Amino acid sequence: MSDIAVRVEDVSKLYQIGKRARHDTLRDLISEKMSDPFQRRGSSGAEESLWALRDVSVEVEHGEVLGLIGSNGAGKSTLLKILSRITEPTSGRVEIRGRLGSLLEVGTGFDPELTGRENVYLNGAILGMKRSEIRRRFDEIVEFSEVERFIDTPVKRYSSGMHMRLAFAVAAHLEPDILVVDEVLAVGDASFQRKCLGKMGNVAQTGRTVLFVSHNMLAMEDLCDRVVWLRDGCVAEEGPSGTVVSNYLQGSFSADTEQVWEDPATAPGTDDVRLRRACVRPEDGTLQSPITVRTPFVMEFEYWILRPDVHLSPSIALYNEQGIVVFTSGPAFDPEGSERSHPAGLYRHTCRVPGDLLNDGMYQAALYIGSNGRTVLQQDNILVFDVRDAIEMRHGWHGKWNGVVRPMLDWSTEFVEAEPSPASRPESRRHWEVPQ
Amino acid sequence: MSPEKQLAERLPSVVADRLRSQAADLPTTVIQPTHGWAPVNLRDLAQFREVLYFLVWSELKVRYKQTVLGAAWAIIHPVAIMLVFTIFFGLVVRVPTGDIPYPVFVFSGIVVWTYFSGALNQSSNSLVQYERLITKVYFPRLLIPVASIIAGLVDFAIAFMVLIGMTIFFGFMPTAAVFALPLLMLLAATIALAVSLWLSALNVQYRDVKLLIPVLVQVWFFATPIIYPSSLVPDRWHTLYELVNPMVGVVNGFRWALLGAGEPPGMILVVSALMALVLLVSGLYYFRRMERIFADVV
Repeated sequence: MSDIAVRVEDVSKLYQIGKRARHDTLRDLISEKMSDPFQRRGSSGAEESLWALRDVSVEVEHGEVLGLIGSNGAGKSTLLKILSRITEPTSGRVEIRGRLGSLLEVGTGFDPELTGRENVYLNGAILGMKRSEIRRRFDEIVEFSEVERFIDTPVKRYSSGMHMRLAFAVAAHLEPDILVVDEVLAVGDASFQRKCLGKMGNVAQTGRTVLFVSHNMLAMEDLCDRVVWLRDGCVAEEGPSGTVVSNYLQGSFSADTEQVWEDPATAPGTDDVRLRRACVRPEDGTLQSPITVRTPFVMEFEYWILRPDVHLSPSIALYNEQGIVVFTSGPAFDPEGSERSHPAGLYRHTCRVPGDLLNDGMYQAALYIGSNGRTVLQQDNILVFDVRDAIEMRHGWHGKWNGVVRPMLDWSTEFVEAEPSPASRPESRRHWEVPQ
Repeated sequence: MSPEKQLAERLPSVVADRLRSQAADLPTTVIQPTHGWAPVNLRDLAQFREVLYFLVWSELKVRYKQTVLGAAWAIIHPVAIMLVFTIFFGLVVRVPTGDIPYPVFVFSGIVVWTYFSGALNQSSNSLVQYERLITKVYFPRLLIPVASIIAGLVDFAIAFMVLIGMTIFFGFMPTAAVFALPLLMLLAATIALAVSLWLSALNVQYRDVKLLIPVLVQVWFFATPIIYPSSLVPDRWHTLYELVNPMVGVVNGFRWALLGAGEPPGMILVVSALMALVLLVSGLYYFRRMERIFADVV
């Protein structure tokens, strides 16, 4: 029981939206009451309110790193706001054991008129720390935030990056028992983001609890033990980070291994070109057969050329889950496919991808058709598919294989000699080089 | 089994035990929807008292940021008003103020009033002004209007020094009655806080309040004996006048304590204090009731 740092029980949050709910001036209130004096409170209709959270229950153990994922508007930030006591839940109950420090969006709890130094102390006070405690950690905070030169400048003159750096440094170094971080990776350069992620890992190692919202799935999988996926204010899934993240990505991508446009009139395209069909399948398999990291597979794209003598050149870009372009490719070495004039008719391009190239994960292909150096047709997410891990490749190891690609590279191992001979020792080589 | 191995096997449970024992010491916060009227959470206020200090400091900094004369404005402002009133009401209209020269009479009123109206104004607008903090971190929101009321005391203290100098210049020697001054100021601060608790909470939702405040302050100014002695109010209205406006007792009491003018304040001040208390407690309840939606509507 006492292992639980945060217990969220059936928490719901109702937001009033629309004009009825909010009277910005007294006149609105009065005129509304005049026009409908018998209107009862709370009867203003369901369409004007929004359940940001609905019966959400989550438990976080001490020392655990819990990730919250979900698309925009799923209720992640609302949940963090409730945990931070900024807004009250409409119903339900939250129990928090320990001091909770939160970093919500940019510039958490900074008074723009106060200097960086004063804000560090203000935030410490908000966390319930004594001034002596803050003083002990002050230098560490300033060093981490890299804003030494501006520490006595009002934070309203800070750049957004400086703001964020100081805010994160304060939140992470003032040692709350529970650290709540919302989208810390939205601002700041890559090196600072790495530093933040590292710090969050450290915070977790010292037995403190971290609640973390991000759209960076790689960081989620890396940092979190467990992930909760929120969808439309409800918990959609909860479990080990790898599984939930992958399900979330599949859910948000929803695999599309084939798309067919029966009617050329409504198919994506222009007067010159209309899409007909796209599919992805293992090279010797059907649409239903799985693709693993070992399987060579093909992507096929069919389209109508509606006017003779148009010059068209197709190309594709393959994106992984993190939105990184794994490769772009086009039929540059295919005399039939490269940009030259084609008679009207149905065309099919087939792109073969060898096995042992891609890493496991979800992929998304975008098709571009160019004409005279201009893109005339762009179809994102034309294919969405899962490249599965091949169990025989793991050698008993279950971690994520790092890397954008996972090629099989040629390695060789040879026996060179039994023991170092004098000639190959570094010292003796130096003797050779130095003129006697 | 080797001792090392035994330890290694036990290690996870040792760590877990430590975490558990740590966890047992941690304070527990329960977050639940509050319904209806909630009393003030005094423990919360005590825990966050350091925050109050920074809010007051921020308020003082903001007031004179990027000014050349800085805190000298705390003197310039009431002195300038005193000069204007002395010319118009002292020299031209010749408002009768008994034994007290008009400049001292009006300045003593202005010093109290400047504090009161400034605190009321700042405090009533404070929640909207601190929107950034309210929507990002938790601390008792009550500290925000309280900070404005306290910050005003610094300016008051500066202007009060000038007032003391002036009374001595005009030959008024302080008596034991000056010890009543802190109590009178406390009453003024309480009235300002009580009114601004209502106004600041209303202001979060209805920005009309922001526009209402200058009007309210103006009317209240003329309803308080600052530029005229309360003896000018006809006798039959006098009791009503003192009862409706608790600031009458404060300003008259202030003049009595400092200049020995008029009667020592009696029953009327007790009534004013009770009124302030009722206003304060109801204001606190209203504020607490609205507090839960501040972050959502501000």
